[in-house]
Amino acid sequence: MSLLTDIAAALERGEDERVGELVRVALAQSVSPPAILNDGLIAGMGAVGERFRQREIFLPDVLLAARAMYAGLEVIQPRLAGAGVPAAGRVVIGTVHGDLHDIGKNLVGILLKGAGFEVVDLGSDVPAERFVDAAAEHGAAVIGLSALLTTTMPVMKDVVGLVRERGLGGRVKVIVGGAPVSEAWAREIGADAYGYDAANAVERVRALVGARG
Amino acid sequence: MRERIAWAAAESAPARAEALRLQGLPSGQAPSSRIGALLDAALAEYLQAAEPRALVGEIGREDFAEVYGGEGRNAPATPLDAVYPKAERLALFVATVGEPLTRRIRDLFGQHHPAPAAMLDAVASAAADGLAERLAARFAGDDDGTRALAYSPGYCGWHVSGQRRLFARLRPEEIGVTLNASFLMQPLKSVSGVLVLGPGRIHRFAPDYPFCGECADRPCRARIAAAVGG
Repeated sequence: MSLLTDIAAALERGEDERVGELVRVALAQSVSPPAILNDGLIAGMGAVGERFRQREIFLPDVLLAARAMYAGLEVIQPRLAGAGVPAAGRVVIGTVHGDLHDIGKNLVGILLKGAGFEVVDLGSDVPAERFVDAAAEHGAAVIGLSALLTTTMPVMKDVVGLVRERGLGGRVKVIVGGAPVSEAWAREIGADAYGYDAANAVERVRALVGARG
Repeated sequence: MRERIAWAAAESAPARAEALRLQGLPSGQAPSSRIGALLDAALAEYLQAAEPRALVGEIGREDFAEVYGGEGRNAPATPLDAVYPKAERLALFVATVGEPLTRRIRDLFGQHHPAPAAMLDAVASAAADGLAERLAARFAGDDDGTRALAYSPGYCGWHVSGQRRLFARLRPEEIGVTLNASFLMQPLKSVSGVLVLGPGRIHRFAPDYPFCGECADRPCRARIAAAVGG
């Protein structure tokens, strides 16, 4: 449908006002909210993600597209709740206790939302228990942990341990990331995945929840 | 010698290319007009909000050895192990671009303006790194035969816990920079370390230490090449 294609194209160009306007038009024309979300907004972000992976565009372009995605979501969110449209999954994210760096975590959150996930962002300096409490409370499928200091990375191991202790290991997966973090560290602490950058983190989360995408 | 230094925001604004590099643009690639516009806006915000300042304190070799030893968590061998004993002069430093920029970045993310937020973050990070380079150039002065480079805890085998003794020695709380229990500096856009002054050759090392394999882009190579020609 050309209107949905127009939404996706405007999103790719980062035209947030145009995306909001087109979503309103689509709703007025009785296009279903799930179709607007999946075939307009998420399709557009998917194309952006692929162009980013191919290095045709760069982080600022992705973030401008994300802003356009937000603009569309603001219009459509109430109608999605009413239609009972499930998200791709629910993810709890945060920067671990002792660490205040949050840009990496913020970028992951933005891209996860762009991929159709619900994100519970706990902020920074988050104790291990709070991650696990939030995952249980919100029924999250994934906990995403960010650390930018080697001295705070051990909190990630604490989270993995708590997930197991509370019997959530089968239901809640843990993904880790941040400049000093590595695939080897993720394996060492028993995390389920490692994301080497924000875009990769989204791919790994998709794989963890088996989301279509 | 212990000295407080302050710069006007305009003096400390980073090079455009460095901010773009931090946003993932390949070196030498001209940005699109809209990325250029984001950068222009971020630089304008930087000029409004930045409060760049530093504290520098000269230190003798033996006293630096004590600081550098830190909590005993450095890598078994590091480039600085070989570099600093050859130094003519050493000075500890802490520099920051100030707290208002960090707040502004957070505000922009909170207002769902991720592109301007991330660009301002890149500008602030590039500016903070640039302060260390400005301090190094200042420390070297006009002597063509010597070069000063900055080395920082958390890099090249110098464990980040080394911040504790550095802070205890230099007391940068005086310029509003503090250290938390995880050795995180606040304001976030702050840098610290040691300035090492000597003939250019003392700064050359081969990046074949075990930790070099974990380093994403080895910025040491470009910095050292620019400073000492190799």
